[in-house]
Amino acid sequence: MEDFVYFFTFQDPSIAWVVIGITLLGIGSAYVGTFSFLDKKALLGDAISHSVLPGICLGFILAGEKNPLYIVTGAFLAGGLATFLSSWLKKNTKLSEDSIIATILSVFFGFGIVMLTALQKSGNPEIAGLNSFIFGNAIGISEFDLMIYGGLSLTIILVLTVFLKEFRLMVFDPAFGRAIGFPINGIRFLFNVLMILAVVIGIQAIGVVLMAALLITPGAAARFWTDRLNSLLILAALFSILSGILGTYISFVIPQMPTGPWVVVFLSLFALISFLVSPKSGIIFRYLKRKNYLRKTHRDHLLKSLYKALEEGQKGLLIDKIYELYPFQKKEIHQSIIDLNKVGYIYNNQGIIILTDSGVTEAMRVVRLHRLWELYLNESLKIAPDHVHESAEQMEHLLTPELEELLEKRLNFPSLDPHQETIPREKNDLR
Amino acid sequence: MTFDSNAFLIILTGTLIAISCGFLGVFMMLRKMSMTGDAISHAVLPGIVIGYFVSGSQRSLEVIIGAGLLGILATLMIEGLRKKAKVQLDASIGITFTLLFAIGIILINMFAYKVDLDQECVLYGEIAYLPIDLWITKSGLNLGPRITWLAGLNLLFVGVFIYLLFKELVLTSFDENFSSVMGIPAKGVNLALMSMVSYTTVSSFESVGAILVVALLAVPPATAFLWTKSLNSLLKLTAALAILISVLGYYLAFWMDSSIAGMMVTVAGGFFLASALIKGKKPSWFKGTPKESKPLGI
Repeated sequence: MEDFVYFFTFQDPSIAWVVIGITLLGIGSAYVGTFSFLDKKALLGDAISHSVLPGICLGFILAGEKNPLYIVTGAFLAGGLATFLSSWLKKNTKLSEDSIIATILSVFFGFGIVMLTALQKSGNPEIAGLNSFIFGNAIGISEFDLMIYGGLSLTIILVLTVFLKEFRLMVFDPAFGRAIGFPINGIRFLFNVLMILAVVIGIQAIGVVLMAALLITPGAAARFWTDRLNSLLILAALFSILSGILGTYISFVIPQMPTGPWVVVFLSLFALISFLVSPKSGIIFRYLKRKNYLRKTHRDHLLKSLYKALEEGQKGLLIDKIYELYPFQKKEIHQSIIDLNKVGYIYNNQGIIILTDSGVTEAMRVVRLHRLWELYLNESLKIAPDHVHESAEQMEHLLTPELEELLEKRLNFPSLDPHQETIPREKNDLR
Repeated sequence: MTFDSNAFLIILTGTLIAISCGFLGVFMMLRKMSMTGDAISHAVLPGIVIGYFVSGSQRSLEVIIGAGLLGILATLMIEGLRKKAKVQLDASIGITFTLLFAIGIILINMFAYKVDLDQECVLYGEIAYLPIDLWITKSGLNLGPRITWLAGLNLLFVGVFIYLLFKELVLTSFDENFSSVMGIPAKGVNLALMSMVSYTTVSSFESVGAILVVALLAVPPATAFLWTKSLNSLLKLTAALAILISVLGYYLAFWMDSSIAGMMVTVAGGFFLASALIKGKKPSWFKGTPKESKPLGI
């Protein structure tokens, strides 16, 4: 608890620095990543993050020490080359995108390892620090580094905010953008530059492999909560900041724990929770929706059978008879009987299920929709009467009162369906 | 030049690994799953760590089983995210492998006192130490380097796997719907292929490292694919490239005093770039009348 208070009051300036750094970094990469996620190019960031290794080594060789400016420039150039190569290969060969990305990622990284081992054998003592560029070390970043990286992150965030409209066009409708005179190729170039920058500075904190999570996961998680770009970006940034701070906290409390992996674990946790519980598109919500819909279809079917019995002159149906009508669905029908009883559409008279007044009205509605749709298919779409039943079985659950009214008007309030059965209305009430 | 047995062993092992990876990689590429291979090779890390922790040795069956299970888990998770949660494919790959890799690193740090493993060795192993690591039986018989045997066994399994399931693999790669109609369990074949990939990753990560397994899975098939349109020659060309890469990679690394595995990948990248330049589309002023292209045959 003491640790908790000490950490979150930011008394320690070094904690404050790290948190500010990881927040800026998180926002920057979440912004860029969300755009590339929407552009369906999420893995390009992974390719770039592996590809910067040779550039880092080159920067180190040229500077002779761990100079962030040289290293960032080298990394930036290598990332740029990788991005250019991937789009060139995409345009000029028949290889598929994933194959291109896997190739570029591994070849650049392999070449980087060749340079790295050559450097290690050269015996320069500064080389030890180079590993933190590959595996990331959020805590080990100096204040001076932080100024540079934080500044770059801020630049990325600013540019993305200022050119939000342009990037939105590039992601959602580049053809339209081109048609109304936007330089889409230029915008894409600018975006690639920002993306490479975000990756290059992100790697220091989180490492080559895990950088992809910082780019992809916030956007993917946020996508489950909203359909609007602005709130998507804000939410993605929020996820990123939260996981960043939580990850830093864990590695502060348990010193042997690395920061980067914990940030990724928290990010993924946010994402997995979003996938599960988000309303509208979450797994649980969609499962429940489907289940409810199935229950409704079973109820509608039961009402229909009872109404048909009424048409044939029977007042109700024996429970066993109903089960016989729907073989293999005993459980569902049993549930429907309970449900309908509860809402007062049916009642059970010594084992015979009988429709109540409101039940008849509801059953008439379902049967009417079914028969109206059959007639519509037959008359307007010229489908043979023996082919219309299946479609009507599905549509009867879906047709809204507005559509029903349209159908009635269009078919001029018909009295018979294609099978010469009466379309039930108030005037031919069977009660 | 005298016969250098160490060089021969390293090149042989490199070739064996490269051919196994290349064969599997051909099918991964045809299924547009090269990045899934990348994901698996990272995702096996927690399995390796747990297997190591349980058995206390890096060379145990537990490690291979753990990694194999994690590879399958990764495949299922990617599929699950895509089908159940409807996340787009590239994002589900990215989320899956980063999460599993992160868990792996956290486990390494947790068991640091007990497990002599680090992420560097998983990411880029070292094939050069192979001649030191000998397999000596209890009776004291020296059977040669352990990793060479592992790589040979791996290639044998991959070869048998592809030979037995060739028809199924081809059908499911090219036309999944048709293969389901034919009664081939496309999902099962897919999972089997992924398990082979994870097994190959584990049995080679000590010598070439995870990233370089990805390279061997992706680059030689992609290079071969630029030159041929028939599956058989694709496989043959991939194998030939694998041999070439190992030989050239070894001697270049020897000459430059650098990482052998890294150099193998660099050489592969060189071949790939050259092929892409030769076979890629040329600017319009450069090419004559275009030849009619035939679709990919089996």
